[in-house]
Formats: sequence, C-alpha cells, structure tokens
Amino acid sequence: MLRLEKRPNPSRFWAIASPIAAVIATMVAGGIMFWVLGKDPLEAIRTIFWDPLFHENFAAYSRPQLLVKAAPLILIAIGLAMGFRAGIWNIGAEGQYIMGAVIGGGVGLAFYPLDAWWIFPLMVVCGGLGGAMWAMIPAILKARFNTNEILVSLLLVYVAENILAAMALGPLRNPDGQGFPGSRNFGDFPAAHNDFLIPAAGVHWGVVFAILAVVVAWGVMRFHVYGFRVRLLGESPRAAKFAGVSPGRMIVLSFLISGGLAGFAGLFEVTGPGGQITESFNSGYGFTAIIVAFLGRLTPIGILLGGLLLGLTYIGGELAQLMLGLPGAAIQAFQGMLLFFLLAADVLTNYRVRVRG
Amino acid sequence: MGAVLGETLLELTGLTKAYPGVVANDDVSFDIGRGEIHALLGENGAGKSTLVKMIYGLVRPDAGQMVLNGAAFAPAEPRAARAAGVAMVFQHFSLFDALSVAENIAVGMEHPPKPRDLAARITDVSNAYGLPLDPGRLVGDLSAGERQRVEIIRCLLQDPKLLIMDEPTSVLTPGEVDTLFATLRKLRSEGTSILYISHKLEEIRALCETATILRGGKKVATCDPREQSARDLAEMMVGSALKPAQAQPGDLGDVVLAVNALSLPPQSAFGTALKDVSFAVHAGEVLGIGGVAGNGQDELLACLSGEVTTPLGTMTMDGMDFSTMSPNTRRGLGVLAAPEERLGHAAAPDMSLTENALLSGMVREGLQQRGVLNWGKARSFAEAIIAKFDVRTPGPNSAARSLSGGNLQKFVIGREILQSPRVLVVNQPTWGVDAAAAAAIRQALLDLAAGGAAVVVISQDLDELREVATRFGALNGGRLSAVRDMAGLSIDDIGLMLGGADAAA
Repeated sequence: MLRLEKRPNPSRFWAIASPIAAVIATMVAGGIMFWVLGKDPLEAIRTIFWDPLFHENFAAYSRPQLLVKAAPLILIAIGLAMGFRAGIWNIGAEGQYIMGAVIGGGVGLAFYPLDAWWIFPLMVVCGGLGGAMWAMIPAILKARFNTNEILVSLLLVYVAENILAAMALGPLRNPDGQGFPGSRNFGDFPAAHNDFLIPAAGVHWGVVFAILAVVVAWGVMRFHVYGFRVRLLGESPRAAKFAGVSPGRMIVLSFLISGGLAGFAGLFEVTGPGGQITESFNSGYGFTAIIVAFLGRLTPIGILLGGLLLGLTYIGGELAQLMLGLPGAAIQAFQGMLLFFLLAADVLTNYRVRVRG
Repeated sequence: MGAVLGETLLELTGLTKAYPGVVANDDVSFDIGRGEIHALLGENGAGKSTLVKMIYGLVRPDAGQMVLNGAAFAPAEPRAARAAGVAMVFQHFSLFDALSVAENIAVGMEHPPKPRDLAARITDVSNAYGLPLDPGRLVGDLSAGERQRVEIIRCLLQDPKLLIMDEPTSVLTPGEVDTLFATLRKLRSEGTSILYISHKLEEIRALCETATILRGGKKVATCDPREQSARDLAEMMVGSALKPAQAQPGDLGDVVLAVNALSLPPQSAFGTALKDVSFAVHAGEVLGIGGVAGNGQDELLACLSGEVTTPLGTMTMDGMDFSTMSPNTRRGLGVLAAPEERLGHAAAPDMSLTENALLSGMVREGLQQRGVLNWGKARSFAEAIIAKFDVRTPGPNSAARSLSGGNLQKFVIGREILQSPRVLVVNQPTWGVDAAAAAAIRQALLDLAAGGAAVVVISQDLDELREVATRFGALNGGRLSAVRDMAGLSIDDIGLMLGGADAAA
C-alpha cells in the first residue's frame, strides 16, 4: 500500500525536480493522446516543443512570437503570484488587463494624431492605473465588507468585457474605419505605438516590463519586508496578525500590484502585437496567467520559465494544428495535462511516498 | 477469555522505535497490572508519546513485543487497538465545536447506535462515573474540563481494559481534578487499568501506585511513586539535580503596565467577551493570571499584543497610552507578547526558525533597514535564541514544525525575552515543556522581572503561577477577580477565585 508521509522540511530536490518530472509525464501522456488520435506522437511532440524554435522554415516567424506570447503571461502572473502567496485570490486579471488596455489606449487615442514623446509613457501609466483601479473594486469590498474576492474579481471580468465591447463599438471606434468595429490601429499612430525594440527577438516594451517585473519581484520576495509579509500571511494568517501584518492593507496592496501589472500587460498588447482595441483582443491571457503562476510554483523565476513554456505550447500548438491537423481541443487538453501533472508532482515536495505492506 | 486471568494486563518487552537521527524508544520493557494506575513519566523527547502511540496502534515498533491479556498484541491501527480494549484520551481534544456532545461521540464510533439510545447511554455512563454531561449541549459552549469529559466518556463507552490519558489535568481547575481522580479511582476499582502521563509529580504521587520513568528513550526505573519524593522523581527524569526557579521578593517599582476597565465583545461565535478587566503591574513584578481555558485568556493576550485594538485609555505603559497602537508600534515601545498556540500563532509552521525570529523581532532587533531585510542579522538572532534557550534543532534553517512542542516553546518564549521587553505578556509559557526546560523558562521570566520589567504570566498551571507570580488574579467568564498577593493565598482561595466567587481582598 502506498502512503504519503509529511516531510518535516520541504524537499529541495523535489522543489526543482517536480516541474521537470511533470513536463516529462505530460509528454508521455500527451503522446499517448496524440497516438490515439491517429498522429505520430513523436512528431507531434517535436512540432510543439522543438519546431517553433528550430524548424528551418517556421522558426524565423515563430521564435519572436515566443516572447510576444510569454511576456503578458509573465507580467500578469508575477502580480497574481504575489497575491496568491498571501492567500489573496485575484481571479479577475483578465478584466484588469482589458481595463488597462481600454483606459491606457483611450488616453492615447484622445491625442491622435499629435506626435509627442510623452504620449506613450502617459498611456503606460494610465494603463497601469486602469488595471489597478479595476482591481480596487474587489479589494476594497473584501477589506471593508469581507466579500469573496474570488467571486467579485471574476464577475468583474464580464463587466469589463461589456465595457470593452461598448468602447470598441462606441466612443473608441475608428472614425475613419468605414463603420467597422474597433479603434484606430496603433500602428498608424507612431507616438502611441508599442513597436518592437528588437524585431528578430520579439522584444517590445511589454517584454522589458515583464523581465523587470521578474527581477523586482524576486528581490522583493527575498529581501523586502513586503515579501516576507506576503509569505507570512499566506503560510499562517494568525501568526501574520501577531507579527503586525494588517490583512486589509495587504489585500489592497496585493490587488494594486496585480491589477497594475495586468493593466500594463493589456496596454502593451493592444498598442503592440494586438494593434487595435477590438471587441475580442483579449485572448484569455488573464486566465492563462493563473496557470503560469502555479506552473512557476508562485516564484518569479519559476513564472519566467513557466511563461516561456506555456508560450511555447501555444505557438507549437498552433503549428501542430496547422501542420498535423491536430484539433485545437487536443492542444488545450495537452496544456491542461501540464498543470495537472505539475500539481500532482508538487505533492512530492512536501510529502514522501512510503510503501507499506 | 481462555487462560486464567493473570495479574498483568499488558506486558511490554524490548520495545524499540527509531526515527531518522533519533532512537525514540530503546529496549523499553515494563508491565501494566490489571486495575492499576500506572504513571508514565519523562521529559519532552523522553519517548513517552512514541511509546503510547505504539500501544495505541499509531506507530509500529521496530523491535519488541506486546502481550495483552496473555495474547500477542500488535495493533496495525488505532481501530485494532480499540477493538482489543485500549482507549486513549489525547492532550488535544478532537471535537467539533458546532456539534452536540452526542453527535461528537457518534462521529468517533464505528457503529453508532440510534441517537436516542446513544444519548441515554451517555447520560448513564456519565452519571455512573461522576462526570455529569448533557448529551444535547453544543461542544462549543463547554469548558475545557467538560470537553475532556466528552473525550473520557467516548472512551468509556467502548468499555476499555486499558485507558491511556495524556496530561489530563493540564486544563482542569483543582475542583475538576478531584472529580477526575474520583472517576479514575472508580475505574480502577472495577478492574480497568490506566496509563497516566503527566508532568505533575504531586498528582502522580497522589493517584498512581506504579510509575515508569523514561529518559532519552530508555527506561530508567519502575517504582512506587508514593515511596519517592517529588524531587527524587524529577531528578530521575532529568538525570541530574534540579534547581527550581526562585521568585525574589524585591522592592516593587512604579506601575509599568496598567489596564483600565477593558471590555471587549466576543471576537467569534465561540469567543469570550472581556468584561471590565483592570489591573496594574509594577516594575520587577510578575502578575499571574489563572483560569481555566476559554475564560478570556486568548482575548486578553490579543488586546495586549495589539492583535485587537481597544478604545483609548484602556492600556498604558509608563503612563503612555498604547491601546490603539499596532503590534509593531507596541514592540517599538517595549510591549511584547507570546501567545499560547505555538504553531500557527506564535510561529509560522512551514517557515524556518530564522524567518520566525524575524516574525516578532524585526522592530526591536533592527532586522530591517528601510524595508530591506537583514537576513544575516536575523539568522544571528535565531542562533542566539537557540543557544541561550537550549533549543534542540539542527539549526536556524529548520522549519518551525519540525521542532518538538517543548523546543518550539523555548524558541518562542526565548525570542521575546531576548528582546529585553519593558512589558512581557505570556500565555501558557511552559505548556508541554519538560520539567528542566520549564524551570529554565520560569527562571528567565523571573530574571526579566528582576531586571525591572513588568511580566504578566497567564497560565492554567497553578503550580507554575505559585512558583513565579508575586500577585495573582483569576479570569472567569471574561472577568478578572481582584488581584491579590500570591503569598497569602491557599489552594482553596485560588479555587474560589477561579470559580468566580471573588471574596473582596
């Protein structure tokens, strides 16, 4: 009989080995699924994990896409993870991402066609504020009235989607767009355009912010009082209270950070790779970032790697749909397996398996 | 049963159990007689819990045999032990506050009878053994002593041959202790054997006819405790001469801590309200606050530590009002506290000792500058606590939960004492700590007071309070009795104060 026994101290070996084991298990189980679907499993795995980066024909296009896809995921996940570590559950990053794009983008469009250097920085600031403001609604309700932040933040996503639709069809609609929905294209408005800084690598301002967020979050979690308080509150709320941590203040700060980062991500996406504010520019990054946060074990470095890995499965998944005719649902199932195996392997960090006769 | 019933109920031979790095039980052998109250004595880490867990089927011995009633006994799980007639009352109760007494008992049964029959049986058994208990009451409304009755009756309904009790009196008032002892003696007279674990040597001498003493996992002696002095027993446990803590009656300084008409509504459904609590503690004085668990101790500590803030004017230190200050502002002033619950309140279980040193030491030890943590300094502080208070642990990187209860307690109390507080409030400072370590902690509290600090010791252990406190007050239902000099109080006076019958001093 197998039995789980709690380790007195968490295992350092498994903290690093469990994500690797999870990726391998995903490849095996995913391979079986692809084989059942009548595809060559090795070819499918290679198409997802290898071809986007090294295929002679596709790599030139798909390699920069890796950072383009991963950057918003990482930026959002970093903010979310700092809340999750404290037991504060912001599930509505998608809404904050949308509001960052709408408000930051809207401020930029208000100055069209002015050509001034400060327009883009102003948009970035407003994007962050937009996301943070949207996040304040669940935060203040939670801190003041102890409402459930999971529910409120999640439901506000749908409110944000309706605001986005109203904006894309109403005030922000391109006046020169022959009545088509969607805003002006930011590519045609240089002062507000988040252009590639290094086109061959896919680096735009969002990537710079994502890397910066990883570094700053790493430092804060390790060396700053705030990071200590976040961990303390998550590990043991009563001990945190004894240590003088104010839960209300932590809730507000945590939502401020995660909402702000999601807002930044939305602004960079809509002014760069997305190109314009449309009804459906948000492709679920705010939700996928939750997976990235857990894939990265809620640590900044882990999120960096997790974001890149998930970004890779996105691009590789698209490639596999195109090349091998794999159904999109199979790709999603494959990504789901990744999270499933990671959480399962996670158990090994805190528990050891004992065989008992 | 088959063969002739012998005098011996349970025979333990050569029981050995090793964990990585430590031999918890090393070749332990002794017999428990039928109808005998057998004491199991030992310091923390002496191996008492492991031994009891082997008997109760929670742990499997690496070597050795047990013979129960003449038949080999090797329970694979508690259910098997219970089926063989072994029952256990744990130190920590496993009861649901929101369920009634009868429901709680039914939850733990394999084949619970119909609710009405069960209630009748509970009433019968509780009256037969002098432990009156209403099966319909909510456990959340019961006192600690009554909760213990629920656990005992749960065991008695199984009609056990051997009843194991782990530190049963730690939560009881003197009156309740007498009731419990009467029950245990009645059980003995009916032929039930009792294995009785306790630190309180006087109790053991009053109750038990045999005592087995463990030290470092090995059996030191089996003796008749009535023929030994408490001091001899303690020295057998520790293996060296004991130096009890001594309260130094010195001149009292000015009032340092003053609590003034403090009232607090209950903080949760089963919380206790504080009602008009007032007291003053002078420099150099230890105020002992007694009372049975759940009479407002946690709430009082929360008010003093700053976890709960109270209206202006309710609490002052050296005349400065700190009622509305946050815990860390209070720490800056020198008001420190150590709550009762070690894991999850005084310390974060999954965090290292270094991180736990940071938890309350950040302000006074200067472990951060402008928000940046000084890990090196935090580590040194943790190491200082470990060294000064003899915390047995591989090092400051160990998680708090990997420490035994007594060792973590030493760490938690040491952490506050080493910050040289002006006011220190501790709740149950030596709960679950062995005799030698408890004496060390009490001495450290007395030394702190001798250095001019005002110390408040909240405790359910009256022996402890008599040892350290210069003055004494009792909490009952959230009210504090008049505070009186410890020296002039008899055990009966204290019993009355604990019961809320407060004869004006």
